[in-house]
Amino acid sequence: MSIEGTAIRFGDNVDTDVIIPARFLTTADESVLARHCFEDAYPGFANRIKAGDIIVAGANFGCGSSREHAPLAIKGAGISCIIASSFARIFYRNAFNIGLPLLESYEAANSIREADRLFVDIEEGEIRNLTSGDVFRSAPIPQFMLDLIDEGGLVPYIRKRKLRPHRVV
Amino acid sequence: MPMTITEKILADHAGKEHVTPGEIVEVKVDLALANDITAPLAIKVFREMGADRVFDPSKVALIQDHFVPNKDIESAEQARVMREFAREQGVVNFYELGDSGIEHVLLPEKGLVLPGDLVIGADSHTCTYGALGAFSTGVGSTDLAGVLATGEIWLKVPSTIKVVYQGQLRKWVQGKDLVLYTIGVLGVEGARYRTLEFSGPAIQSLSMEGRLTMANMAVEAGAKNGIVPPDEITRAYVAERSRRLGVFYESDPDAEYERVITFHVEDIEPQVACPHSPDNTKPVSEVRDMRIDQAFVGSCTNGRIEDLRSAAQVLTGRKVHEGVRLIVIPGSRDVYRQALSEGLFDIFLDAGAVIGPPTCGPCLGGHMGVLASGEKAVSTSNRNFVARMGHPKSEVYLANPAVAAASAVLGRVGRPDEI
Repeated sequence: MSIEGTAIRFGDNVDTDVIIPARFLTTADESVLARHCFEDAYPGFANRIKAGDIIVAGANFGCGSSREHAPLAIKGAGISCIIASSFARIFYRNAFNIGLPLLESYEAANSIREADRLFVDIEEGEIRNLTSGDVFRSAPIPQFMLDLIDEGGLVPYIRKRKLRPHRVV
Repeated sequence: MPMTITEKILADHAGKEHVTPGEIVEVKVDLALANDITAPLAIKVFREMGADRVFDPSKVALIQDHFVPNKDIESAEQARVMREFAREQGVVNFYELGDSGIEHVLLPEKGLVLPGDLVIGADSHTCTYGALGAFSTGVGSTDLAGVLATGEIWLKVPSTIKVVYQGQLRKWVQGKDLVLYTIGVLGVEGARYRTLEFSGPAIQSLSMEGRLTMANMAVEAGAKNGIVPPDEITRAYVAERSRRLGVFYESDPDAEYERVITFHVEDIEPQVACPHSPDNTKPVSEVRDMRIDQAFVGSCTNGRIEDLRSAAQVLTGRKVHEGVRLIVIPGSRDVYRQALSEGLFDIFLDAGAVIGPPTCGPCLGGHMGVLASGEKAVSTSNRNFVARMGHPKSEVYLANPAVAAASAVLGRVGRPDEI
């Protein structure tokens, strides 16, 4: 799976309260959540996004709450993948579960600038900065997580691979 | 081969002799839980997965706690989805209003988590139950739906950072201060993906409630789980609340740790985590002239009876400072009733506090004490990121209940011994 998009820069420790404030947790609708993505810290964020844009962030992206509404809001806003120097663990699981790919690369996170044009190959873990010419390799994604992305997330994965022997509604 | 307590629990639940950090294992879950903001999405996904019945209704707990009593129509609708699902699936451990409370205060009280259990919860503070010597970690709603459907989950075995607390606690220093201090040292990422194993004499003499407070905040250092090896205190706590005792695992003496850190707790004073991060900690005495508007005693971190007693001890015969709102929220019906019977409510009411029904409430800026622009609060909760408790221009200082109470009286961030 490969993605081409424009980089949107963030710093370290972007937490889930900043990504989607608690008062919006009364819905799981991706399109509604998307409108409120980063609303308090960066008003108008959702309007700035073009489908396919790529978030590039520093350390510990997605720290804080387990709210799956956070990656849902980001995905709903049109972000195609997130590159960061590191991810918080619940956010990491949640993103792959809903089919939002994440790549971990300290070098990429420290070099890519706002509005750089990027090409990303998820399976290879390759990040190409088309604007600067730099190429980076991300930390390898466990095969299991690649399978999740292949299947489209945990729901199709479980439907196909776990529940098939049992009676499926 | 030697293993840590966390590795042993994972190995047993994966049906393996041995596991190593970094290994991915599939484990059987003893208890799966969700609350009113995570359950509705988990239920939707459960159905999308094609699942019909939950793997074992006796191993599921569904608790209404975040936006209860329901704060608006949307929350009420979400609560209804949860209620109907519990009924449909025969989930007996469904808690709302009367017999309920904040999930991580309630479930230990109910004896639903035992030492050696493997607990998965759709809430980041599920790590709380590690205090009982269980492996317990938070996940998102889709992961939780997977557990409801299959009774299993895949996990990457974490390496363990062992934190040893030597010495005896000073006056007014509690579990909350030990964990705030630890997070300050490690940073919000310092234990990312790791187990935080809390041990040492200061932990051995810490009450179960103090341990629950510590394990509760393991996630704020990025940890996968926090764990306290079970001992006599664990046995006594569990025996009062459950007919079963669970399994008492312990780390092998030659188990491998990624890191061992030792703290001498006599060096630790009451701590405050300043805006806007739980790792922005300093001794309370170093926070000067910080006027506050609100103080909150409650949450899954510090909403238990010992926490309310600690606040009451400071507030006895005192009044809240003019212009300060003090909100006290017992974490469960049992805590509420006990505080009432001990006369703590009179102390709170005489001081000028309001007392709320068990709920997460203001902790996440939901309701029951949201902050306006420019307001500052001292809170016994667990996070103080930007806009956590209300307006993006509000500020939250995290502290223990005695410090929160003292600050309410002083009208600024301050220490119990200043009163």
